[in-house]
Amino acid sequence: MTVDWAAVRDDFPILRREIDGAPIIYLDSGNTSQKPRQVIETMNEFMRTSYAPINRSAYRLAGEATDRFEGARAAVARFINAPSADEIVFTKNATEALNLVVASWGGANLGPGDAVLLTHLEHHANIVPWQMLAAKQGFELRWVPLTADGQLDLANLDRLLAGAKAFAFTAMSNVLGTIPPVARLVQAAHQAGAIAIVDACQYVPHNVTDVQAWNADFVAFSSHKMCGPSGVGALWGRIDLLNEMPAYIGGGNMIADVRLDGFTTAPVPAKFEAGTPPIVEVIGFGAAVEYLESIGMAKIRQHEMELTRYALDTLTARYGDAITIHGPDNVELRGGVLSFAFRDIHPHDISQVLDQRNVCVRAGHHCAKPLMRLLGVNATARASLYLYNDRSDVDALSNALDGATDIFGF
Amino acid sequence: MPGLEDLYREIILDHYRTPRNRGELAVPPARHAEGHNPLCGDEITVFLDVAEQNGVDVISDVKIAGQGCSISQSSASMMSAAVKGKSVREVRALVRKFKGMMSIDTGEDDPEVDVLLGDLEALQGVVKFPVRIKCATLAWNTLIEALDNPVPSDT
Repeated sequence: MTVDWAAVRDDFPILRREIDGAPIIYLDSGNTSQKPRQVIETMNEFMRTSYAPINRSAYRLAGEATDRFEGARAAVARFINAPSADEIVFTKNATEALNLVVASWGGANLGPGDAVLLTHLEHHANIVPWQMLAAKQGFELRWVPLTADGQLDLANLDRLLAGAKAFAFTAMSNVLGTIPPVARLVQAAHQAGAIAIVDACQYVPHNVTDVQAWNADFVAFSSHKMCGPSGVGALWGRIDLLNEMPAYIGGGNMIADVRLDGFTTAPVPAKFEAGTPPIVEVIGFGAAVEYLESIGMAKIRQHEMELTRYALDTLTARYGDAITIHGPDNVELRGGVLSFAFRDIHPHDISQVLDQRNVCVRAGHHCAKPLMRLLGVNATARASLYLYNDRSDVDALSNALDGATDIFGF
Repeated sequence: MPGLEDLYREIILDHYRTPRNRGELAVPPARHAEGHNPLCGDEITVFLDVAEQNGVDVISDVKIAGQGCSISQSSASMMSAAVKGKSVREVRALVRKFKGMMSIDTGEDDPEVDVLLGDLEALQGVVKFPVRIKCATLAWNTLIEALDNPVPSDT
């Protein structure tokens, strides 16, 4: 069955908004995605009819809210093919999910003489928590370098992994779009005796995700990049690892018992969910994965590959050497994230000119400053695509770039 | 939305294409400070030579290093041209006046110092693009840092 992509676009009310009499061209989904009416209406309906505390009170309304909350957990688990919903820990976002793994698993398992392997593709969220812990506990950080076209250079992977206790890497770069071979990296990590931690924040919204096929140990992702609300994310982890790990944030909900001389923890996932969670946002997260499932992630990936190919070809054909699009050219190896340099015009100025035509792109370092330094720039402009984009958006970007040419006089 | 011609005035583009006082000064005797715009990655370093002339501290030389967008770079270039040869007291008054133009309240003006923005008034269109105010003020905040909290020199 083919997808009616125009109908999908119509699901997103904000894309009908006009600024200065013209519609918004939203090309910043790698930053955060827009929300379909199905998510907006589910959250609205839940607050109007079913909102109550979860896991605490005995009345029927609270029971209903708890069921809805746990239903969302089950939906998220199903979406990534997790073996059990108990292995889904709700966090604030992927950043907090990674911090949880680093502080809890890393805090208990890493010390002087140990090593953790990261890559040059990583977002600050998968760099800084490790640096913070390494400063306290004194282990080594190692880095997988890149090839010229922005893929991981795996020539020395086994040597880099030798003696490492963890390998933490992105499943899709937020700057270059690069999609590393996750299952192969996990296998290499395990052969070296390391656990594999996958930052899938950019990957899960755009691809079929199967954490069992990856055979990973931890996978982190965020709701707001996948049509759900901001304020909630998830950590999937192997139940045996989650069970062994110490608690992260202390408070209500995460305990079995508290006495004056100590506490015992609740079972996973409650052990890692202290305090009242973002209840409405979790319900919205559940609605978002159901929405994406109703279209089909394989079809979304196919749509984005075709659109990415169209964008690469359109921009290159029109601007030739005046535009440099970073990352792999093969759309099988990348997602719909296009970081580019254009005629030596600073990305901030490009973004300003594009905004004049309602074209929304990100300009900046994309929270990946080490990667920016490798690219030899301190910022790029980045257009990122999602299921609601079509060729007209790419054409609008291409046309709007001409405005930058006019102003800066090339 | 205001037109881009309000933002990208010709004099701004001129300073962007041909920045004045680019380079570095030897530290010491110069003092310097580094400024970052964490949003966009823009970086700027301001070098100052401060010399006493007739009992008054004067900016005897200034150099600007770093990279950034047209607004941050042209603002830095125009600032360097404006502060060179001025007394530190005049420079502080100019910074207040410039930030005032950027709609940033910096308190009372110095009643005994009269400074004119001159060419810098070309940057007033930036106020209509609030996201860019941080670009325009980066060099100015870094200049104040170089005066008040310079990076310690090694000697």
